[in-house]
Amino acid sequence: MRDRFVNQALTKWMEGTGKESEIVISSRVRLARNLCDIPFPNVAAAEQTKAVVSQVEGAIKDAEIEQTSGELIFVNLEELEPLDRLVLVDKHLISPQHAEEAAGKGLILRADEAVSVLINEEDHLRIQCLFPGLQLEEAWDLASRIDDLLESKLDFAFDEKLGYLTACPTNVGTGLRASVMMHLPALVLTNQASRVLASLSQIGMTVRGLYGEGTDATGNLFQISNQVTLGRSEEEIISNLVVVATQLIDHERMARQVLLKETKPQLEDRVCRAYGTLTSARIINSQEAMTLLSNVRLGIDLGIIQGVSPQVLNEMLVLTRPAFLQKLAGRELSPFERDVQRASLIRERFSLDG
Amino acid sequence: MFCDECKKRPATVHVTKIVNGQKSEVNLCEECARAHHKEWSMAYDDNFPINKFLAGLLGFDTGKTASSVNLNLHAPGKCEHCGANYNQISQTGRLGCHQCYDRFQDKVEPLLRRVQGSNRHTGKVPKRSGGSIRLQREIQNLRARLQQHVSNEEFEQAARLRDQIRELEKGMAE
Repeated sequence: MRDRFVNQALTKWMEGTGKESEIVISSRVRLARNLCDIPFPNVAAAEQTKAVVSQVEGAIKDAEIEQTSGELIFVNLEELEPLDRLVLVDKHLISPQHAEEAAGKGLILRADEAVSVLINEEDHLRIQCLFPGLQLEEAWDLASRIDDLLESKLDFAFDEKLGYLTACPTNVGTGLRASVMMHLPALVLTNQASRVLASLSQIGMTVRGLYGEGTDATGNLFQISNQVTLGRSEEEIISNLVVVATQLIDHERMARQVLLKETKPQLEDRVCRAYGTLTSARIINSQEAMTLLSNVRLGIDLGIIQGVSPQVLNEMLVLTRPAFLQKLAGRELSPFERDVQRASLIRERFSLDG
Repeated sequence: MFCDECKKRPATVHVTKIVNGQKSEVNLCEECARAHHKEWSMAYDDNFPINKFLAGLLGFDTGKTASSVNLNLHAPGKCEHCGANYNQISQTGRLGCHQCYDRFQDKVEPLLRRVQGSNRHTGKVPKRSGGSIRLQREIQNLRARLQQHVSNEEFEQAARLRDQIRELEKGMAE
């Protein structure tokens, strides 16, 4: 089972199901929790870190938890190859920080990878639920139930006034970070994206690229999350984000209709050229692949391209990442070799549908 | 506007120097600015890591005057529970343990108000360890709803909530 997590690219959030899956790729809810009486991971001594792993591992082996969340598998990150850890990052199952230094770190995963618990990342526990489409309420509901069951066995650091205490003051309170990954090509094409997205920061939302802090929005993919974790209830945070996502969906839909109406030949040209390149290229770098895949996905959504499944974009997000390409090849690849491998993989994937 | 240095790329970094009242301006592109970075000893990073930013806020918490900055340096102390000291925390932007929140309260509180806009949790309370807090929270919520009903002149619902609150308060007293 453990091998599956690193050998298979497909994961729950890529399914392309869920509400508004045309525009919302995935919804994620993360809860930060810490055990009482043990220092946070950045300060904890090695044996304290170990104690956290074994306490959490013990708590998770519980019939009631498995009934709620489904069967959970414990993975000791120290036992994974560095490349395998990078694959988990590409699949959005762990953070880059969690992969970098594996000592004393653990991970708990459900078979379909929609539930994961990171042990000893920045906080002792990070409970994550990652669903396809716009399913923030569902993700929050499940994360909260898993949190309840863990809390029945573990003592969490909680302060009456400040709420759940976390290593970084930006997470204190609810410890909740909710995010949606959205594909907004028409907003970018009509030059509205930067304006619309910049305004989100004024209402307490953060916009990031695909792989978190400091990354670019390649492939017209944007990750939108709540900035504030204290002073608002979890339900407020979730419903605010749902409202924002719904508005962005409306804007994106409108922009798509405008493009179709006013610049149809240009749009079709862009989409079909992208399709042509992806199905013929022999060498392609990750940036170009993402841009073209985004165009093709837009073409699929608007009915310009038929017979290709919309999940292609979601799958390729992970499949064409350096770590996964090397995993597939079974060895380290130079950047050039990766570009060749990536092009061939994309051609193969399109020929399956086409 | 082009970069003063290479005269090729557009200038995106603008530096104003005032030395002995003499003002001079330099306009550079990112690349040339990076090359100058050491010379001016200014923080010019590719990324903008949030913890560094927070650490900055923690370090210059109490004011702008030199004397209060000095006070900061002399006051730090240590958390008895985890051993983390204030310098460490202000460098990493991360606290050492849950008791650090208490120990460094005077520093953390203003920071929270700045980055979170609030210093009071209103969300979920753990079931087991938060027993009485949970009840209090519930009573607070009911009171707020009661107020709403009263101002809407929905007295029947208000009366029902009042009874519910009394019931809970009895539970608290026991």
